[in-house]
Amino acid sequence: MDLTIFERFFGPTWPAVWTLAKIVAIVVPLLACVAYLTLWERKVIGWMQVRRGPNRVTFFGLRWLGGLAQPIADAFKLLLKEIIIPSGANRFLFVLAPVMAIMPALAAWAVIPFAPELVLADIDAGLLYVLAITSMGVYGIIIAGWASNSKYAFLGAMRSAAQIISYEIAMGFALVGVLMAAQSLNLGDIVVSQVGRYGFLSWFFIPLFPLFLVYLIAGVAETNRLPFDVAEGESEIVAGFHVEYSGMTFAIFFLAEYANMILVSTLCSIMFLGGWLSPFAFSALNDIAFARWLAAPGFHWLAAKIFVVVFFFLWFRATFPRYRYDQLMRLGWKVFIPITLIWIFVLAVWMMTPLWPW
Amino acid sequence: MIKRISGFFNTFLLIELVRGMVLTGRHLFAKKITIQYPEEKTPQSPRFRGLHALRRYPNGEERCIACKLCEAVCPALAITIESEQRDDGTRRTTRYDIDLTKCIFCGLCEESCPVDSIVETRILEYHGEKRGDLIYTKPMLLAIGDLYEQQIARDRAADAPYR
Amino acid sequence: MTFQQFVFYVLAGILLFAALRVITARNPVHCALFLVLAFVSCAGLWLLLEAEFLAIALVLVYVGAVMVLFVFVVMMLDINLSRMRTGMFSYLPLGLAVALLMVLEMGLVLWSHNVELADMLPPAAPAADYSNTRELGRLLYTEYVYPLEIAAVILLVAIIAAVALTLRRRKNTRYQDPTLQVSVRREDRVRLVSMPPVRRETEGANTAPGVSAAADPQARGAP
Repeated sequence: MDLTIFERFFGPTWPAVWTLAKIVAIVVPLLACVAYLTLWERKVIGWMQVRRGPNRVTFFGLRWLGGLAQPIADAFKLLLKEIIIPSGANRFLFVLAPVMAIMPALAAWAVIPFAPELVLADIDAGLLYVLAITSMGVYGIIIAGWASNSKYAFLGAMRSAAQIISYEIAMGFALVGVLMAAQSLNLGDIVVSQVGRYGFLSWFFIPLFPLFLVYLIAGVAETNRLPFDVAEGESEIVAGFHVEYSGMTFAIFFLAEYANMILVSTLCSIMFLGGWLSPFAFSALNDIAFARWLAAPGFHWLAAKIFVVVFFFLWFRATFPRYRYDQLMRLGWKVFIPITLIWIFVLAVWMMTPLWPW
Repeated sequence: MIKRISGFFNTFLLIELVRGMVLTGRHLFAKKITIQYPEEKTPQSPRFRGLHALRRYPNGEERCIACKLCEAVCPALAITIESEQRDDGTRRTTRYDIDLTKCIFCGLCEESCPVDSIVETRILEYHGEKRGDLIYTKPMLLAIGDLYEQQIARDRAADAPYR
Repeated sequence: MTFQQFVFYVLAGILLFAALRVITARNPVHCALFLVLAFVSCAGLWLLLEAEFLAIALVLVYVGAVMVLFVFVVMMLDINLSRMRTGMFSYLPLGLAVALLMVLEMGLVLWSHNVELADMLPPAAPAADYSNTRELGRLLYTEYVYPLEIAAVILLVAIIAAVALTLRRRKNTRYQDPTLQVSVRREDRVRLVSMPPVRRETEGANTAPGVSAAADPQARGAP
């Protein structure tokens, strides 16, 4: 692709324009994925409940496209609804909260490598950056709960703050295991260090299996998804932190939740499931001409892995009832943190022995 | 003791959770039981209690004799009847209103009617677009009865052996 | 003005404004949130200094964890700051004196003879494979391993002390053990008894057999 024409046109502002273009190229497909993830979620949960899910709203009146236009219809509905600001609310913080919620969910994508060399910002402390940015997501929830001037919203915010802090520790420890195994904080390097002769058997989820599970479950908790959605808990505290939100402000919380879901799934795929690497990258396959494409790495593998992990999120939601709050805290502090600490120790010992093949 | 240990492993190794997920996973591929409403409909019983109708005798005379039993029995106070002596000396209603926003479709009016005049039909897809649309007056109810007389008579006949 | 300088001045301006608002804002929650803003802009300044590990650690630890707990606590307190401010002017001279002392100390360090601005050269351009994080880790765990370990132990002692001071076992607290709750099976709580249906002889004498069977509570499935 020849970009010199554009480069000449924008002159010295070209680097900024080019970066902006790349950001748009990441964020716009992401938001489209988020929109269709809502549809996919409703479909999957419908199927698991022996229903059909949304199948009416369609394009051009075609029956066989049934349901595909549902996210667009939802978006229009939310756009056109009135944004109600409660009379006792802190107006500035009330409007700031959704922004604070979605900002980290989108900002963390800056360091995600989609394919070899295909990353917006190839920084060395990528893993730490992701951790730091996602840890800021809780502010959106806390500020929303406080600024709404509502008891239920406040309860939701308190629950969420305590929960996210607790599970962040376990999540951080799980990532410590990854960076020990990969010897790097750069997400691209983490993927590259999972290259092996045995395809999916050389990914990190095998030596780090307990950490993989802890990360997955802590990720569900971090994104406030069922069975850890005590911050919303619609049967206990109405809708938790976003009770008072309506229209577009609510929609942004919604977008943030689903974007976070995709983000956690992506990180999971990159750190434990080999990112863009092919699961069939057996060295034997490289000799067979027509099977070589199967072993070739590429973005499609990452997308497939993200899809599978996101599907697990939906599956959890369709299967498990909500945790009681004290059990949730017990799980975080008394189960996950000890498991991760023990496995980090085991890993350290393992890596010192010649039995460590990675 | 052994039970506690096995219970611990069941929980710790997520076996119970996996079992739950297998169950929902199986349902993912189960045959869906949703009925696509406007195109598909569930079968109705002859005893279905839907929109009301006033019936006539085969000679065209309306059945209702304004005994007001239905008005008296109606638990929701949805029926309003006014009556008068007609020129031929029979007692007839001048007004027979059913407020369908009050009606709970219990069927007591139908049960109480000595002449099988007020009946509930199988119609369930009716609507009102402005306030007052759901207050059905005597001519409206008679019109429904005239339109669906065949089905109403068939349903009464089907239900008759069990009464 | 280069782009870097511009970013520096913007971040410094936000930092100063936020820090000022931390002590002047009326609402304690606003104070805490301004402190968060101050931390974030400070992290931005450190990023400009190419200390990305420190900057990210600041955001991760202070913004992501410590301040969340701060906000958590402050939100639950009902503090009337204006009442707490009543004695502010009587403490003002002392506060100003301390502030002046600090400024003097910093000035002494900065303008003393052994440190001059010209001595603080910008760091040499790092090698291509230079990793701030790796270098920091190498230093921490080789040259400064004892100070690091001592600091860690002191922190651990502080944590344990804080827990020991605040932990009290109340006698009348009710505690549920989730493992016990989860391990309960139906067989532990419910005893299924199989009872054959019994015909009542007195009624059976003067009614038809079918009716009497229907009247039997067992056969009807009555509890």
